[in-house]
Amino acid sequence: MKFQRPRQWTLAIAAAAALVSVSACADTDPGASEAPGGAEGDVKIGLVTKTDSNPFFVKMREAAQSATDEHGAELIALAGAFDGDNEGQVAAIENLVSQGVDGIMITPNSSSGILAAIESAREQGVLVVALDTATDPEDAVDATFATDNFAAGVAQGAWVKAALGDTEPQLLMLDGTPGGTVDTFRHDGFLEGIGLTEDSPQVLGMESTNGDQTKAQTAMENLLQRAPQANALYTINEPAAAGGHAAIVAAGLQDQIVIGSIDGSCTGVENVKKGVIGATVMQFPTKMAEQGVEAIVAFAKDGTKPKGGFNDTGSVLITDNPAEGVESEDTAWGAENCWG
Amino acid sequence: MTTTDNLSRASATTGATRSLTRITQAPLFGASIALVVAIVAFGILSPRFLTLGNFSLIFQQSVVIGILAVAQTLIILTAGIDLSVGAIAVLGTIVVTMTSESVGAPLALLVTLLVCVALASINGGLVTLLGLPPFIVTLGTFTAIVAATRLVAGSQTFPVSDPLLTFLGNKFSIGGFTTTYGVVAMVVVYIVVGYSLTQTAWGRHVYAVGGNPVAARLSGVQANRTIFSVYLLSGVIALIGAWAALGRIPNADPNAYQNANLETITAVVIGGTSLFGGRGGVLGTLIGTLIVGVLRNGLTLAGVDNLYQNIATGVLVIIAVAVDQVMRRRNAR
Repeated sequence: MKFQRPRQWTLAIAAAAALVSVSACADTDPGASEAPGGAEGDVKIGLVTKTDSNPFFVKMREAAQSATDEHGAELIALAGAFDGDNEGQVAAIENLVSQGVDGIMITPNSSSGILAAIESAREQGVLVVALDTATDPEDAVDATFATDNFAAGVAQGAWVKAALGDTEPQLLMLDGTPGGTVDTFRHDGFLEGIGLTEDSPQVLGMESTNGDQTKAQTAMENLLQRAPQANALYTINEPAAAGGHAAIVAAGLQDQIVIGSIDGSCTGVENVKKGVIGATVMQFPTKMAEQGVEAIVAFAKDGTKPKGGFNDTGSVLITDNPAEGVESEDTAWGAENCWG
Repeated sequence: MTTTDNLSRASATTGATRSLTRITQAPLFGASIALVVAIVAFGILSPRFLTLGNFSLIFQQSVVIGILAVAQTLIILTAGIDLSVGAIAVLGTIVVTMTSESVGAPLALLVTLLVCVALASINGGLVTLLGLPPFIVTLGTFTAIVAATRLVAGSQTFPVSDPLLTFLGNKFSIGGFTTTYGVVAMVVVYIVVGYSLTQTAWGRHVYAVGGNPVAARLSGVQANRTIFSVYLLSGVIALIGAWAALGRIPNADPNAYQNANLETITAVVIGGTSLFGGRGGVLGTLIGTLIVGVLRNGLTLAGVDNLYQNIATGVLVIIAVAVDQVMRRRNAR
């Protein structure tokens, strides 16, 4: 035992030093530059995104950071550990409330699982707004700033229909995550836009991809085995479109199939320019974050609550092959306005 | 030195209590220091950290992983590993919620207990009877159970309103400290398992089969029976974890706790239990769980990006394993 003591101390000190150094380098983070318990009246805003790896949420977070800087407020950005991580978001909300934030912006991973945490935060006087994804029911938050995903789906569907011209659509669908509200809105919107229903014989097949490029490619390879006559492809997002396109090229069907998508990432716009995707519907995470920050800053100043319910942050169809009757912008405009 | 160490490696029969105390408590020291340092550091960084309300929160946030980590500790003590414990608990939340609608909550809990124990005993059976490596066995069952959970749930989530199923989320106050029955359940699990490990013959057998299976066998310990019992117990603990999860968030969600296997292993390793088996204990695991909870909460209160939490956790895991290796080498000398 005697000989072990010093070694244990060394290790304990190493552990302590590591913790302190992590805290210390964390201190250089701009969000933490303010002294703890800083002046009363500083507005503190929490942001809880679905994950911190998706570029969409990275852009949203950057926009939230610059908007809070502009208002002289402080932002604390947290995220779920993985897509669908409700427990992590619940803990994030609780910790933000404990921290004393004025308002929280959240992109809920689970539209219903998060409700109790939101309710408890609002009871303690915190303004809660949903960004990108609505809660279920929608009035569980003070306001929602999001893309009207049904309208975005309709735009995609209308363009694909126009691009096919007089040809009867033979449709394949690369969906996101089964049961997700955003996924359902886009899916249903697309079908309305192209003029089909879920059980139309023209719908040849659909697969879940979780919005993941690799899964989308595998799913599309299998769908094309079953339905090589397809001429239209709906995709939940641009990575799914890229995966679907790879499978289509491998099958040599790139001149036969029209691909539509949704998102508006810079990679997606670039893919529209290169002809990988026919058209994509751009959404605006920057606007969501900015409007969310404005709502919370206004609330912190004098208790003004934002306009409740759903606030559409808009969407724009991006394509270099504009179709009659479908409003769109070209890829040059898209490249200027894309989100990373 | 050498005599004590040899004793501790063959602690199944002789000198058990003394060396057992030593091997269960030695790695605790570093983990405790790390926890104290973290608490002091965050206390300085944020005036809101050292409040009763905030500590109540940290405990509530630690309940589910804390409970499941007890099962993980037991299995790791036998030199095994369990990648499926979180998946079994998540399946449990779905099964108990769905069955309670038709048969009522008490019977649903019983049915779910059987399901959890049956799945855990598949792990135990494959490990003991067929002698397959626990990592591979539980990787397989983990993958299959996650998929089965989605099939059973139809990829839907189920809001839970039954008062018995959400009971562990109910709050009560002792002397100004508000906490939930889930926290109480966690503490009870730690006490019961901690007592059984340190004070009973079964507990000594668990350490023995993990630390030195040959010596254990020569001392008359039935290794397979002991290991199988540990897996069975992990099924029971998974049910308690599932129940606590519904108390914490009254929503049965097939997407929940996807990282629970790694998070429990993290808590066990930070708590000083050796991945090679036979050394460590549940008290360390409790401290390990709390360290992770304190880091997550404290960094948020200090207004720091939560990615730093993962960096700090990763550093701690490596330090903990390094400590274990150093001790092993010294013991082997």
